[in-house]
Amino acid sequence: MNAQLVNEITIFVLSVFLGFEVISKVPTILHTPLMSGSNAIHGVILVGAMVIMARADGPLQLAVGFVAVVLATVNMVGGYVVTDRMLEMFKSRNRKQPGRP
Amino acid sequence: MGLPSGITLLYLLAAVLFIVGLHQLSSPRHARSGNLVAAAGAVIAFITTLFVLHHSALNLILMALAILIGIPIGAVAARAVKMTAMPQMVASFNGVGGGAAALVAIVEFLGRPAGTTSLVVSISVVFAVVIGATSFAGSGIAYAKLQEMMRGTPITYPGQQPVNAAVGAAILLLGVLVVVAGIGVLGLWLLLLLALVLGVAFVLPIGGADMPVVISLLNAFTGLAVAGDGFVLGNPVLIVGGTLVGASGTFLTMMMSEAMGRSIANLLFGAFGKIQVGPETAASGPRNVRSGSAEDIGTLLAYSQRVVIVPGYGLAVAQAQHAARDLAEALEKRGVAVEYAIHPVAGRMPGHMNVLLAEANVPYEQLKDMDEINDSFKSTDVALVVGANDVVNPAAHNSPGSPIYGMPILNADQARNIVFMKRSMRPGFAGIDNELMYDPKTIMFFGDAKDSLTKLVAAVKAA
Repeated sequence: MNAQLVNEITIFVLSVFLGFEVISKVPTILHTPLMSGSNAIHGVILVGAMVIMARADGPLQLAVGFVAVVLATVNMVGGYVVTDRMLEMFKSRNRKQPGRP
Repeated sequence: MGLPSGITLLYLLAAVLFIVGLHQLSSPRHARSGNLVAAAGAVIAFITTLFVLHHSALNLILMALAILIGIPIGAVAARAVKMTAMPQMVASFNGVGGGAAALVAIVEFLGRPAGTTSLVVSISVVFAVVIGATSFAGSGIAYAKLQEMMRGTPITYPGQQPVNAAVGAAILLLGVLVVVAGIGVLGLWLLLLLALVLGVAFVLPIGGADMPVVISLLNAFTGLAVAGDGFVLGNPVLIVGGTLVGASGTFLTMMMSEAMGRSIANLLFGAFGKIQVGPETAASGPRNVRSGSAEDIGTLLAYSQRVVIVPGYGLAVAQAQHAARDLAEALEKRGVAVEYAIHPVAGRMPGHMNVLLAEANVPYEQLKDMDEINDSFKSTDVALVVGANDVVNPAAHNSPGSPIYGMPILNADQARNIVFMKRSMRPGFAGIDNELMYDPKTIMFFGDAKDSLTKLVAAVKAA
């Protein structure tokens, strides 16, 4: 096993624990926005799509890479925008209710 | 092929922003900024990547074109979608992400000379292709069910289990062959195809009401597929971003199914092995229901002390949030106490209903959680059920054979009167009959939720 792989596995294992810890005790009302937000985060696949498309060789790889970049962009952009729209609603409510009744 | 250290550090920064953003997303006060923090991480990851790309003018021009096509599609779809259709929007964004993850792995595999891929990379390629494609196809079915392009009820057929098991086994076998025997590209395409079949077969037998949990699970799948690509490409930000979503998504899926009072296994595989049977009550033929006019019901409401509104998906579909608030205000003017009882999965997703009512500026203090309000239905004069159904179905308490048995429900049946507003006698999203409609205390009020509420506002004012 080379050093890079060991590093990658280390990052992976730590991320698993982090993923479980980082969102403990979420109120029900945030389940949907949280799912949507984490959906946007995996839009980072765009990075991978860009890397493979840049070095794609020949029409087939280029075509498949092209589709991958489009899909990944939709995931990333749409994901953050739709999450922001959901959370916008929460903000307007909080603004309307500054104090205790 | 390690990355230059500057690049790695920038990727680390992006990963940190993802972590901080995800953490903030789980608290109501910071959720919105959390999303923006994560978005900033994505922008940094994107810009950083521009510096490591191999330069080939044609590829870069086409890539720019692909991004310029993707941005408006994502942004416009996310802007234009109605709040009621959010769940299927999330499903489709998740699906395309899964598809992208599968394709990335395939192209990378195609680009490497045969026999030069290490064991870990081959396994990661197979993993990303299978999981990504399953997520893509599964999200597609979830979308179709929620959009009501297909039947929302579980779809089962004889031999479903063996067929699914065979598809699973074929994927496993083919995956092993691709990794060890190097059957390569053709095997990978076949694997992609089989995984698409698996995604469809996996989601078909799951009922529409359980789709949110399925989308959450598929979201975690896509995350893991992205992490797999991270191993294939040796890219740390993909590993961290993907794994974070995979792990937190799994955790969120468990919390969601807990909120519905179901185990994940029951929810995902509950419909397997039984062929759809009609509800037990179907045998008794048409039954009597009591229905009332707007004036009757308006008078009943106006002379009550306490009214609890139980909003459901029907309210959201009819865009009746504002009409519901108007009715609540008209009642409050007459001194009637009004509260909203929010089931954890009211709407189509946990938290969906809170978002919809917040949009209509319903005061936050009037929204009561199930646990908070359930004991007070006994002292409630009227429970006004607007477009909700399964969440007030007493079958969850009384009939062990029911698919929703054991699900926590709002005890609307304990109120002195129940006004059940519905478009028709059609069963709810879970496809089961609701005893509450036949309760002698129940008055049915048929019609579109918004029209009906508007009529009630007038009737209350006139009473």
